Amino acid sequence: MKFGVVIFPGSNCEQDCHYVIQSVLGKPVEYIWHQDTSLKGFDAVILPGGFSYGDYLRTGALAKFSPVMNAIADFAKKGGLVFGICNGFQILTETGLLPGALLRNVGLKYVCKFEYLKTENTGTPFTNLLQKGQLLRIPIGHGDGNFFADADTLKRIEDNGQVAFRYADGAGQITKEANPNGSLNNIAGIVNEQRNVLGMMPHPDRSSEEILGSADGKLIFESMVNALVAR
Amino acid sequence: MMITDEILNQHGITADEYKKIVNILKREPNITELGIFSVMWSEHCSYKSSRVHLRRLPTKGPAVLQGPGENAGIIDIGDGLAVAYKIESHNHPSFIEPFQGAATGVGGILRDIFTMGARPIAAMNSLRFGPLHKAQNKRILEGVVGGIAFYGNCFGVPTVGGEVYFAEGYSQNPLVNAFALGIFEKDKIFYGRATGVGNPVIYVGAKTGRDGIHGATMASAGFGEDAGAKRPNVQIGDPFMEKLLLEACLEAMEKGLIVGIQDMGAAGLTCSSCEMGARAGTGVELNLDTVPQRETSMSAYEIMLSESQERMLLVADKSKEKEVFEVFHKWGLDAVTVGHVTDDGILRVQQHGKSVAEIPNRPLADDAPVYQRPLMPPKSMISARLDDFTFLDGCEPAFIETFLADTDWNKLIKAAVSSPNLCSRQWIWQQYDHMVQSNTMVGPGSDAAVVRVKGTKKALAMTLDGPAYRVARNPREGAKLAVAEACRNIVCSGGRPLAATNCLNFGNPEHPEVMWQFSEVVDGMTEACSFFNTPITGGNVSFYNETFGGDIYPTPVLGMVGLIEDLSLVTRSSFQTAGDSIVLVEPVNVLAGKVNLEDERAVQTFVSTAIRDRLVKSAHDISEGGLAVALAECCYSNLHRGAIGAEIQIPFQVEVRKDLFGESSSRVILSTSQAAELKKRAEQVGLKFYELGKVGGKRLILKYEKVEAVNIDIDELESAWRQALPKLVS
Repeated sequence: MKFGVVIFPGSNCEQDCHYVIQSVLGKPVEYIWHQDTSLKGFDAVILPGGFSYGDYLRTGALAKFSPVMNAIADFAKKGGLVFGICNGFQILTETGLLPGALLRNVGLKYVCKFEYLKTENTGTPFTNLLQKGQLLRIPIGHGDGNFFADADTLKRIEDNGQVAFRYADGAGQITKEANPNGSLNNIAGIVNEQRNVLGMMPHPDRSSEEILGSADGKLIFESMVNALVAR
Repeated sequence: MMITDEILNQHGITADEYKKIVNILKREPNITELGIFSVMWSEHCSYKSSRVHLRRLPTKGPAVLQGPGENAGIIDIGDGLAVAYKIESHNHPSFIEPFQGAATGVGGILRDIFTMGARPIAAMNSLRFGPLHKAQNKRILEGVVGGIAFYGNCFGVPTVGGEVYFAEGYSQNPLVNAFALGIFEKDKIFYGRATGVGNPVIYVGAKTGRDGIHGATMASAGFGEDAGAKRPNVQIGDPFMEKLLLEACLEAMEKGLIVGIQDMGAAGLTCSSCEMGARAGTGVELNLDTVPQRETSMSAYEIMLSESQERMLLVADKSKEKEVFEVFHKWGLDAVTVGHVTDDGILRVQQHGKSVAEIPNRPLADDAPVYQRPLMPPKSMISARLDDFTFLDGCEPAFIETFLADTDWNKLIKAAVSSPNLCSRQWIWQQYDHMVQSNTMVGPGSDAAVVRVKGTKKALAMTLDGPAYRVARNPREGAKLAVAEACRNIVCSGGRPLAATNCLNFGNPEHPEVMWQFSEVVDGMTEACSFFNTPITGGNVSFYNETFGGDIYPTPVLGMVGLIEDLSLVTRSSFQTAGDSIVLVEPVNVLAGKVNLEDERAVQTFVSTAIRDRLVKSAHDISEGGLAVALAECCYSNLHRGAIGAEIQIPFQVEVRKDLFGESSSRVILSTSQAAELKKRAEQVGLKFYELGKVGGKRLILKYEKVEAVNIDIDELESAWRQALPKLVS
């Protein structure tokens, strides 16, 4: 089993993801340079948070053209696990590996704080250790996390059970107050139809150890390990 | 071009300084050379007014690997690791253009850290603004916070703490002090030295433009009505570029390609080249035609003085030039050889085949004039009226009257916690990424920020303190208070203070009263830092903080760094568990506005041994707003639990208002399940010890003598505290 963490120019959470896989989970992990064209030997690929290409033009819009993205599309098509966190999620929507788009937060400001996420779909390789409705405390840190999709796409995402996580309050209620960025239907993370690509704005990489305030994020990475072991 | 008096005046060069320049060159300078001297000898770069005083500060200690004079100070934290850290001001640019001024302030301090080979792992900032009931101050606050967030978030350094105060004196002169700290292996430190004759001098990073020309000179004068016209002097920040520079520089260092390196900050190419040569005792020859330029037809004067951001100058080993290029090109950056190291100690600048400047490095960098400016205590000090309640400074006058007269304590505590200087800063720090790098154990809003050190059992604690009102009332005592409180904050978080950095923000040094304040502050810091064995390893002086002739409060800001030996000793300020006892520890003689250092040490030693022996659940020092406000702060909700109440008997000492809200020094609130043991220990060392009450319930109840002075729902109090700043800025 081998994880890969992609480095784009401007990525800044690659070391955090690497640390969780290597030091918290104790699993093999290597960095992947954005100009690499082969993902041979990898079983799961993480697109980390950060500001790839400075978020200039539009978040994720330039990273889409990095050579590694073609390899990632092939990898995903063949069933490899692809996990985009924050900027990684933005890149996945830009490349079309996930539906929808991430717009500027409704408050127009960057927001960094802990949120409650309600688990919506446990039938994915990223959530198989979670219970339906389970609340996870995982922080966000973004200026463009406002999930948007046109009405048809949104309906399809919902009908297909592609919503992995929603922002909720501490009691598990999906409320407007619990929505930090204006995302439609409080969506915090979605999977593709095949369930092997997950994108989420919150950072499980920042919440995989109790000393950081929460270890809930670790359950997502452990689910990935669980899924890979089962293969 | 003839050098006229008018030109000298524009460059801020005095007649005596000009004579000195002619003496060094043994001829008249040309305009490019004059420009170079003017930035290197500006107050900002040369410390010409402050140097005689700064020499008194303690700079050495067992942990210190690098003191002042390099890009940042460095201390040893064991395990083969070291940290580089420094604080720097960006006040003048932030007044003219708040967003970019603050952003480039963050960029500059981060470069200072990674230039030495350290990866920045934490940032903090200390901010001062005029009161928010004035529209202009709101605009400045929003711009500054936005700029810090823009730069730090993209770069990927967590902004883990800081402080923000509002007072009228900063209305026309906000202060933006940025702190950064980086970590590295202690045998892999890089210095700004141009060694090895014949080695290439390589320019990396952003292209040079006409932005920021004479920024250092701008920062060495006050502002009048033309402040807006100085906007073109402010640089524009590109944090993405800086992030690439960070990664490329660290990679080149790791591969052993770099001999010496310095960032191009204030005074740009001039400062980096001549300082690197001066430190190594070498010369540097530059060919400006090879410097990457963003604009056409730039003169030598403009290229040498540009303060375009995100640029570095490095000296590589002759044989490794190509490898350096490869690393930088991999990261998509310009890397060009612009000159080489020579053996004659002269900075030689060529453009279009002609020599445009030729100046001996060492006198340029090191022989700037040193002024022993006149000192005079001011004839009048600010009024003593708020001495017990300094947080009121910065409130509207009507509010102050009410606070000093009213006796509805329930109403007053709510008013106090929602006042500008005491209310939650969440609106600010929520805009900063304070978690990236996944080390933040205690983030913004605490006494000290705590980040763990990956690969060890240790954590670093850090805090900024700048009690400006206290310093304005008594500069020497105020400076000692800053040191004492910074150390106390580190101790309360479970750490041991190691060393400090300071940012000294003052008015016009040509005013004898300002220089007197400065000298007193240096003496106070020297006394307290020597006492606590926390040397000052560097920092920054910012003079000329004046607008329309009015000087700001003297505002020294101290950044203290401490070490927590084991992660399990990290202690938070908030109460943990219902049923725990709440205790107050203080010296027998409680002082306000000053500090007895021996007593302070007794309190700190008591707290740190109690934490070490695991007798303490939480520790919070009492500062602005006194005991009542500190208790409320211990009750608010946080990451680990919802809001929790407390029932307290306030000790009778003076009178109810002062006993609730008075701000005396050297006091700490602890929560514990072992009050009896703590009491015994306190009595042994002669400290006063009060068992105030218990944690629990959902109300904050403060009894004073026989009555319940305060009895308020903690959620209600917390929401007043949390919502005050968003209301003030809306």
